[in-house]
Amino acid sequence: MSNTMPDTTYDKPMPPLNRDSKPFWDSLKDHAMRLQRCADCGKVRHYPRPVCDSCYSMEVDWMRASGRGKIHSWTITHHAFHPGFLGNLPLALVTVDLDEGVRICAQIRDLAPDQLRVGMPVRVDYEDATADLTLPVFRPA
Amino acid sequence: MTSLMDKCAVTGIGETAYTKNSGKSVVALQMEASLKAIADAGLKPTDIDGVIPYGSLEVVAEEFITNLGLQDLRFSAVTPLGGASAVAAIQAAVSALVAGVANHVLIPIGRNGSSGERIGARAAAMPQFRTVGEYEMPSGNIAPPQLYAHMARRHMEMYGTTSRQLAEIAVTVRSNAILNDNAVMQKPMTIEDHQNSRMISDPLRLFDCCLESDGGAAVIISRAEQARDLAQRPIYIMGVAEGHPDSPSTITQRPDMTTLGTAKAAPRAFGMAGVSHKDIDVAEIYDCFTYIVMCQLEDLGFCKKGEGGDFVSNGRIALDGELPINTHGGLLSQSHIIGMNHVCELVKQLRGNAGKAQVANAEIGLVTGYGDMGDGAVAIMRN
Repeated sequence: MSNTMPDTTYDKPMPPLNRDSKPFWDSLKDHAMRLQRCADCGKVRHYPRPVCDSCYSMEVDWMRASGRGKIHSWTITHHAFHPGFLGNLPLALVTVDLDEGVRICAQIRDLAPDQLRVGMPVRVDYEDATADLTLPVFRPA
Repeated sequence: MTSLMDKCAVTGIGETAYTKNSGKSVVALQMEASLKAIADAGLKPTDIDGVIPYGSLEVVAEEFITNLGLQDLRFSAVTPLGGASAVAAIQAAVSALVAGVANHVLIPIGRNGSSGERIGARAAAMPQFRTVGEYEMPSGNIAPPQLYAHMARRHMEMYGTTSRQLAEIAVTVRSNAILNDNAVMQKPMTIEDHQNSRMISDPLRLFDCCLESDGGAAVIISRAEQARDLAQRPIYIMGVAEGHPDSPSTITQRPDMTTLGTAKAAPRAFGMAGVSHKDIDVAEIYDCFTYIVMCQLEDLGFCKKGEGGDFVSNGRIALDGELPINTHGGLLSQSHIIGMNHVCELVKQLRGNAGKAQVANAEIGLVTGYGDMGDGAVAIMRN
């Protein structure tokens, strides 16, 4: 028997598979986040999609992200909008300006809500949710 | 380019009872509202030759043909802009009417949003939410109160906006609902009540969030020359426009997350109408969240970006203020009928039959829709 049994105990939403974004999710699994970049004009874009809105090229390449950025905004959620998060409240979610010029929304660790500030430097980290899914999180830089 | 100004009018409106549990099917609610609107206009069901069903609910154009016995439906479309759909549908209806494609366009909305499936349960399945579904929901950023909380927090940090300023909106709109027999929420609310309501997704508290409701509402749009021969005083559509924000599928990637599609629609609607902000006697602003009202008031140009908190304070938006808003109680306190209740209320205000919440001498008014993380639509009407 090969080890391909799906993880049936994970009770949070899973990202639907998407050809355009597979390299991004694979990079998280590798704990080395990569971002989509236009292979022609070099514009970095996120979330992954097939066309560069700057030069309309459909040629893509994937660059290793610095994983560094600054807090743009945040919310502290006290209500479980999905039963899978009932045990994780309050949930601290930050929107982060990555140094590459795109943003990521993810949970933040190691910072109390009243410590959050716009512009605060953070770095990406990785949490393996299942054997097939790794999610990004942020920590103070 | 042909101007659409004053070429069409709202000729009929219909609303069901707004409740927490209708005991009726969604199709029945939409048909009841539609029949009321048709009767209000003084039309027969078979006069309807255009329909714009709400794109995200199960009631399609075929249901209207079948239930209303329509013999020759000549125009149908959907305007899938979430809560901006109702006002965006007015633009689509006016375009079709001026082009001569149809004569009387029905725009129905109705839902069991309280007793049936809730918004949060539905959002993940909507194509407009695919991007959020893939990249943000797995981390727990799932429902509109959370998605919009990032916008509200950014506004607060950039401009010093406070939760007490958002409370001004909730309290004002509640006081209007109390004047309305067809409003779900009838208990008075104070600023302190708002401040003591439980935190949902900081900075948005329970009383910053709208209701989820059962009910139906519908309007009929007709060309002006036909409107004058119908049963009601025509309420002319002076200007109408829709606008889509930058990065429409995710707020996270939006260059300025404090600006909505409303900012693109508003100059077009005001330009078409040929009026200025001072001319607006009453405004029905889509109020899924208090913050979204404040942000739209800025994007509409009633004040500058960042000044919304001050603008909504000191009674300016109250019934006897400079710009009365949401005179029916809005989504926050009347009912969440996806903003079609806002369109019906503006028509009532301009007909002069808005009951205890009637704004004296209301001649020109504005209604907005907002939805799907940033889509905006604006209509300006006159009597």
